[in-house]
Amino acid sequence: MVESRLTRLFLRLGAGVTLFFIYFPLFVIALYAFNEKVTQRWPIEDWSTKWFSVAFHNESVREALEHSVLAGLGATAIALVLGTLASMAIARHRFFGREVMTFAVILPIALPGIVTGLALQATIKDVLSPLGVKFGLATIVIGHATFCVVVVYNNVLARLRRTAGNLDEASADLGADSWQTFRYVMFPQLRTALLAGGLLAFALSFDEIIVTIFTAGAIQTLPIWMYATLFRPTELPIVNVVALFVILVSVIPVYLAQRLAGGTGVAGGTTQRPARREP
Amino acid sequence: MTSVSIDEASLRQSPGRRLSTFFYRHPRLRLWTLLALPVLWLGVVYIGSLLVLLLSAFWTADPFTAKLVHEFTLDNLRRVFETPVYRDVAFRTIRMAALVTLACAVLAFPLAYYMARIASPRVRNLLVVAVLMPLWGSYLVKAYAWRTILSGEGAINWALGPFGVSFNGYSNTGLWLVFTYLWLPFMVLPIYAGLERIPQSLLEASADLGARSMRTFFRVTLPLVFPAVVAGSIFTFSLTLGDYIAPTLISSDQFIGTVIYREYGTALPFAAAYAMVPIVVIVAYLLVARKLKAFESL
Repeated sequence: MVESRLTRLFLRLGAGVTLFFIYFPLFVIALYAFNEKVTQRWPIEDWSTKWFSVAFHNESVREALEHSVLAGLGATAIALVLGTLASMAIARHRFFGREVMTFAVILPIALPGIVTGLALQATIKDVLSPLGVKFGLATIVIGHATFCVVVVYNNVLARLRRTAGNLDEASADLGADSWQTFRYVMFPQLRTALLAGGLLAFALSFDEIIVTIFTAGAIQTLPIWMYATLFRPTELPIVNVVALFVILVSVIPVYLAQRLAGGTGVAGGTTQRPARREP
Repeated sequence: MTSVSIDEASLRQSPGRRLSTFFYRHPRLRLWTLLALPVLWLGVVYIGSLLVLLLSAFWTADPFTAKLVHEFTLDNLRRVFETPVYRDVAFRTIRMAALVTLACAVLAFPLAYYMARIASPRVRNLLVVAVLMPLWGSYLVKAYAWRTILSGEGAINWALGPFGVSFNGYSNTGLWLVFTYLWLPFMVLPIYAGLERIPQSLLEASADLGARSMRTFFRVTLPLVFPAVVAGSIFTFSLTLGDYIAPTLISSDQFIGTVIYREYGTALPFAAAYAMVPIVVIVAYLLVARKLKAFESL
């Protein structure tokens, strides 16, 4: 150990402060979901679970939830296909424009969401609408898929880098065709990376709002419903319940994905956890 | 190979087999089969959309119908750069992004260092999950939670009350706090990964050569982990520059995002011209970050 006892104490303290900072607002909002009163005064004095059933029976919440789930599933499906294809090309080939491609995959999450949203809206309005694609679920899926690709891509790419490239050649030598090679050689290696990437993509899509506002038209997803409602003081108890629900729905897939793939990268797992370098 | 009986004729004729032979012989075609869809989506649809948006910065909007008039003009860009208000908003946003990045780095470092070098493997794995979980989820929920906490009757003012202090949460200081909170996990994880990649032996070598722990930290650890900090800052910086929801919820001041959001409905060309500000800043940032090898730490 290079660090002195005092340094370690300070680090422990600093780490504790940061962790507290990360979790305390989530706990506070979770508690508010059980607040009986309509006013949002702290500390909470009366507790109740009645808002859960109010939220559950709220028609617009249900509708928004349905849209969010459908959009998440659609975006995840597209992201899985595009992300896998792109990562296979990048991992196994050297080609002109490869650098540009790695840039283009990252761009949708690196550029401010409002830029992506505005750009997609302009294209949908000018190009897709004349072709008959109206603002709605389909355009939400298009927007979400664009920035979900990178998550799958990063997960699969990290996995491909750890697997030997000549396995597919060996498979072909042993008489397998392209499909068999994918099905019996590639897929088993990629399975958990795909699942992890898919879960993260769903979590990312489920609570996205910045791009969604621009691509949704009149349709409400759960975050859009929240954003429209949280300026109405009388409906805040329902917003609190929905908020707690959204936290759970987005946290569980991330937990599962982490278990599956073990990636620690912000963009979903490029950085693999190396072995501990203690002597 | 006499013991293995393979029906060579059927092998050769199976279409899947022929396809795989074909792709093996023509790696270029295999590559383009893989790339076609991603390139079409990201290269043509997405990049194309961005270009259309940038191009529209040079058109004008009819003031009555808000319809685009395709006449080349530099007026929108001129308005962005020459109107003091918009210049102020841009500087305010960039300053906010820089301060948020700084705060995130300061808060993230102890946690990341603790995770990478002090915690036991079991605790470390728990901490990674603990930081990852709030990263992905519930951006809006988090911003909303802070709106509740920072309000006059919220938890912060309740805690400060006994000291006779009140904190105006709906201010730029409050917004700074919220942004720092929102993007903090984006900073912790790259720094953690960067720290974990530093071999223990380097630090020991530095100590053996007589460097005290402070010197080792500033001369060995910090330079090695710097690309990871830059990687994290891509997110903290970019996400702050383009956000319009948190500023709407917390502050009453205008930021780049809120101006674009306010203008795009009636004056798309001006909104597009203003969007160039964050785009130029971020692309420059990305290019520098790539030079510094920060992409490997994303």
